[in-house]
Amino acid sequence: MKTLYDKLWDDHVVHDFDDDTSLIYIDRHLIHEVTSAQAFDGLRLANRKPWRLNTNLAVPDHNVPTKNREVINDPISKIQLEALEENCKSMGITKFDMFDPRQGIVHVIGPEQGACLPGMTIVCGDSHTSTNGALGALAFGIGTSDVEHVLATQCLVLKKDKNMLVNIMGRTGKGISAKDIILNIIRKIGTAGGTGYAIEFAGDVIRSLSMEGRMTICNMSIEAGSRFGLIAVDKTTIDYVENRPYSPTNDEWVNAVNIWEKLKSDSDAHFDKVVEIDASKIEPQVTWGTSPEMVVSINNTIPDPAETKNSVKSEGYKNALSYMNLKPGMKFNQIKIDKVFIGSCTNSRIEDLREAADIVKGKKVSKDVKLAMVVPGSGLIKRQAEDEGLAKIFIDSGFEWREPGCSMCLGMNPDQLQSGERCASTSNRNFEGRQGPGGRTHLASPSMVAAAAIAGHFVDIRDF
Amino acid sequence: MKTFKTFTGIIAPLDRSNIDTDTIIPKEYLKSIKRTGFGLNLFDSWRYIDSNENTNQNIKRKDNPNFILNKSPYNKAEILLARENFGCGSSREHAVWALSDFGFKAVLAPSYGDIFYSNCFKNGFLPIKLKNKDIDLLFNLTKSNQGLKATVDLEKQFVETNTDNKFRFDIEPNLKVRLLKGLDEIALTLEYSDAIYKYERTRAKMNPWLFKDI
Repeated sequence: MKTLYDKLWDDHVVHDFDDDTSLIYIDRHLIHEVTSAQAFDGLRLANRKPWRLNTNLAVPDHNVPTKNREVINDPISKIQLEALEENCKSMGITKFDMFDPRQGIVHVIGPEQGACLPGMTIVCGDSHTSTNGALGALAFGIGTSDVEHVLATQCLVLKKDKNMLVNIMGRTGKGISAKDIILNIIRKIGTAGGTGYAIEFAGDVIRSLSMEGRMTICNMSIEAGSRFGLIAVDKTTIDYVENRPYSPTNDEWVNAVNIWEKLKSDSDAHFDKVVEIDASKIEPQVTWGTSPEMVVSINNTIPDPAETKNSVKSEGYKNALSYMNLKPGMKFNQIKIDKVFIGSCTNSRIEDLREAADIVKGKKVSKDVKLAMVVPGSGLIKRQAEDEGLAKIFIDSGFEWREPGCSMCLGMNPDQLQSGERCASTSNRNFEGRQGPGGRTHLASPSMVAAAAIAGHFVDIRDF
Repeated sequence: MKTFKTFTGIIAPLDRSNIDTDTIIPKEYLKSIKRTGFGLNLFDSWRYIDSNENTNQNIKRKDNPNFILNKSPYNKAEILLARENFGCGSSREHAVWALSDFGFKAVLAPSYGDIFYSNCFKNGFLPIKLKNKDIDLLFNLTKSNQGLKATVDLEKQFVETNTDNKFRFDIEPNLKVRLLKGLDEIALTLEYSDAIYKYERTRAKMNPWLFKDI
């Protein structure tokens, strides 16, 4: 009678306090350069040592340039990268440096290395840690104080969330990918729809998705308000995990698989909230505004705030339209794109790159597009894409083929939008200024973004 | 951590929903490796007319005269009033550090992003959840009373304006205690060291792969 979330929670309780909170054990701690420096400082000031060194894995990703990374021009970026290097070295924490072929976006390399496994509790000072929930793990983002807490105690004091089930039934149509599914879910439940809940994604569609697709869905559960996205373990999960560098082997593997196969919600488990989605009705999704819930289908027009009854929401729509320089009733094929970004922890895995390459093969990026770039999620994905011939397809089409990192998802590195530029992006947040001050972001799937690069504006991928 | 004490301060109204942590403190300003100094760039893109591409802290910026926090007396506000889902998005604790560094001690909103909400309590900062109708009333009060002030009493769980409007709020008991006592959460957890060791020993027997070296 337990949900997957209940099971993972119960497995990690060290102590139940009498005020509704519990001390929860953390199996894996991933570290990047932006949210860790103050935590290491806090440890030193209090004269504390890390509780368990061998569980931490660090990688720089937010600040690293995606070309010419030998030289970091931004002095403040440089300080942050150096601080991570020094902190890991002095504490004895394993770190993949910028030139290590295993380096990449922290949420991409965790599963890729088998450092993130089913049944684990996984934290990182980054909200998109929810990505790892696709493995059947309890994975969530934390603030810097909690990074320090985990380093010092290997535990966190948490209050249990409620359970939500998002059931995606039926079959998706042609050209519909995991990104369309999660954007459609956010459109339906809103950016606060999952606040206070752990969301388990289930149903026929989830079962038929690859691990890459499942990670895309769990990645954006935070955009639906939930810290936790979860997917039950099945054969797809086990096959993905097998033979990864840090995965168990031999007898331990057999033992682990026996345990992992039980990581699913019981058939009679209670969910506090259930959302049903009919997959056959999902069309290619594109965001038009400055919140991930401001999303419509490609053939819809830009919405009119006047048609929204809620005055706060209507005001939000007006602000978003003004920031995005759009008018109600406009069609997507009237909206010209300046830059194209394929990458981020949402959509930079090999399957995403295959999906995009399939669209651009033999075609050229529109001359109206100033820059189109592909940024693989890790050095290993980059190498695989080169071996498969995907890199050549992108380059021949006019895309720049870059080194792995967070890149233009958040513009903490040289990859940024200039003020007023409009970007078709496979990333996860269309907030004001997210990709660069004054930049305008439209989120969509890899194939939709790839097609936008060719056409110079968004098009319906089903007709492309 | 410092203890949270009852205080009276000016309320700055910011009538928007879904204010994300990227807006509270844009990523260009996350690069400091300290916890202080972020107040200067709180709501940077709304607060300044010019962008500061080099993020040089010594450059004098051009204030946006229409932004509430640039107007007197709101430049000295200690309470922020906002709409639902305040602090959604990125986990950056810098958002709380920036609000706090500016001088804010509390936020009033109907709801919050989960990670932001949790981060507040690690920094002696109080996110108060009020009903939508109370938030509506407060926005109206700020319109008719320039520089409206309120007293925030965490112990007794109320906010009272100088127009004598009183709003009670609920809060999780453990979070309330943490702020009132200014507890060092890590020290408290370390009191359970034996329980943590015991848990690790049991887990290491059952799931040894969880303890392999990274």
